[in-house]
Amino acid sequence: MSDSKNAGHDHDHDAIGHVTPPGLLLLVGGTLLFLTAVTVWVTMADLGRTGNLIVAMVIATIKATMVCTYFMHLKWDKPFNAVVFASSILFVSLFITIALLDKSDYEGDIQEMNLLEGK
Amino acid sequence: MSHATAPSHDADHAEGHGEHYPFLAHHFDTPEQQFETGKMGVWLFLATEILFFGGLFCAYSIYRALHPEIFEYAHYYLDTKLGAINTCVLIISSVTAAWAVRNAQLKQTNMLVINIVLTILCGFGFMGIKFIEYSHKIHDGLLPGHAYHPAEPVWELPIYKAKYGEEGAAAEGGEHAATGEHAATGEHGAAEKGGEKAPAEAKHTGYVKPLMGPHEFNREPRDVQRFFSIYFCMTGLHGLHVLVGIGIWVWLLLRARTGEFGPKYFGPIDFAALYWHIVDLIWIYLFPLLYLIH
Repeated sequence: MSDSKNAGHDHDHDAIGHVTPPGLLLLVGGTLLFLTAVTVWVTMADLGRTGNLIVAMVIATIKATMVCTYFMHLKWDKPFNAVVFASSILFVSLFITIALLDKSDYEGDIQEMNLLEGK
Repeated sequence: MSHATAPSHDADHAEGHGEHYPFLAHHFDTPEQQFETGKMGVWLFLATEILFFGGLFCAYSIYRALHPEIFEYAHYYLDTKLGAINTCVLIISSVTAAWAVRNAQLKQTNMLVINIVLTILCGFGFMGIKFIEYSHKIHDGLLPGHAYHPAEPVWELPIYKAKYGEEGAAAEGGEHAATGEHAATGEHGAAEKGGEKAPAEAKHTGYVKPLMGPHEFNREPRDVQRFFSIYFCMTGLHGLHVLVGIGIWVWLLLRARTGEFGPKYFGPIDFAALYWHIVDLIWIYLFPLLYLIH
């Protein structure tokens, strides 16, 4: 049920969920467009191989968080939905991290094979 | 609102408001319960979507960690401008989708229809730009596996020349284009064009760049086609989601015109918007990972 935060906005007393004010939608949209410009612009700066990647991912995560929080209503939702979503991201992170742990373990064999094949 | 005429059993359901809603499925007590249930189902679905794309992001991470040079080389083939425009198109469509939810909640039927139409147009805009990009890739032989036969190496691309200047590119001056499979490499400043005009089944053998001027690469890295496997898988699956999203919005547009949605029943619009936002969210990561490699 709608909480006290949206008391100021035009809504029916029995309304289900939170009605997001247009100003907030435009503000979030504008910020997302601005951050898109920032992430394109910052690519031109040389921050090193990992430096640029980290900056790009931090900006992408800020954008993604804004989309989830405001556009996807998680700020006003039952926390359970956020927990479901966060858990999927947690498991994808675990998946990628653990998969990366042994990424180089076969690199020696591959190099050797390439040498044998004369590549 | 028409009252249910069915006896005792339905009277229990209607308790509280004493109303019966035409959209309320019989196994729910209240519109709110129906909405929250549907919403939880959609969030569970979105979680599986994240896991679904997670496999591709994992493949990306491993290939990039093992062979960063492939990504640093091949990203020059992607048009950052088109990628950035598509990012903006999706963000704008996310605003209109979120606005459509507000319209449905407030029963602003006309605005709801307008915002759904705008969302659909942005979806088509995105796919149109994607079509242009894919056409260029296919035309220039920038494809996965054995289909990889690039029309030119990255240092011949205008974007590369703009970054490093004309002298950084191979086109001007010097020994140019020895066209043999085993052309002398490196110090001679010969550009190997091997494989370019070879029959389709022959594997592209790689360009070698003349050592002149400022540049990043002495030669084309091995297995650049892997970048395009990842590019087409990730953007292709994402594009498929956009197409499905467009289909959902068209269906909801037809329903919205009848004024079906209002404060008690806007679930379908909300759920479609949630799906649309997750598609936007995935693109927010795909754009820097594929187009903005430094």
